[in-house]
Amino acid sequence: MSHMILAWSVTIAQIMLALAMALAAIRMSRGPRAQDRVLALDTLYVNSMLLLMVFGIRTGKVIYFEASLVIGMLGFVATVALAKFLMRGEVVE
Amino acid sequence: MSTIEHAGDLPAWAALAVSFFLVIGAGLTLIGTIGFTRLPTFYERIHAPTLGTSWGTGGIVMASMIFFTVLSTRLVVHEILIGIFVTVTTPVTLMLLARAALHRDRAEGNPEVPAEAPVEPAGEAEQPAPAE
Repeated sequence: MSHMILAWSVTIAQIMLALAMALAAIRMSRGPRAQDRVLALDTLYVNSMLLLMVFGIRTGKVIYFEASLVIGMLGFVATVALAKFLMRGEVVE
Repeated sequence: MSTIEHAGDLPAWAALAVSFFLVIGAGLTLIGTIGFTRLPTFYERIHAPTLGTSWGTGGIVMASMIFFTVLSTRLVVHEILIGIFVTVTTPVTLMLLARAALHRDRAEGNPEVPAEAPVEPAGEAEQPAPAE
């Protein structure tokens, strides 16, 4: 019984995170200005990181944890570089 | 819906705790993203996804920690690296992004953002403190 609850909640969590990624993608395609699109990209990175951790719980493999750590770092660097680009018009001065 | 195969010997309390934290984390992330899609201005929108980076990440990290700790009967805490990393980096990125947006709005003369604070005259700012 409790295992069925676990399986269902993993599925529900995956559906919720996929829905959140879809909403962020909608905002990224629609967002009126560049900063909205950058923020949507950051949200997409965070949501995919969480989705990979839920995949790790579902399959019981530790490799997904490392993948989500890499995605988190890439998201940080990408958002900082894009914010710098919005501020200055170039990334490396 | 079949059960998860590798969780055969997971006790009931651990399965319930993992389910609880998973649904809390994913639900709060979804709520934050709904707010991100629906709020009207950028400066309101920038607050919404932090729900996913605070309690969303916290809940899912906690679920993963409980799951792997109970399943492998030893302490597994390396997921806390992700929690620390996200907690440290989110304020940095969002403050940089908000400053960039404010800079862009001021450069365009958008009347909805507050104007820049007046700069103190250089001579007054450089004045040394009076001697005791």
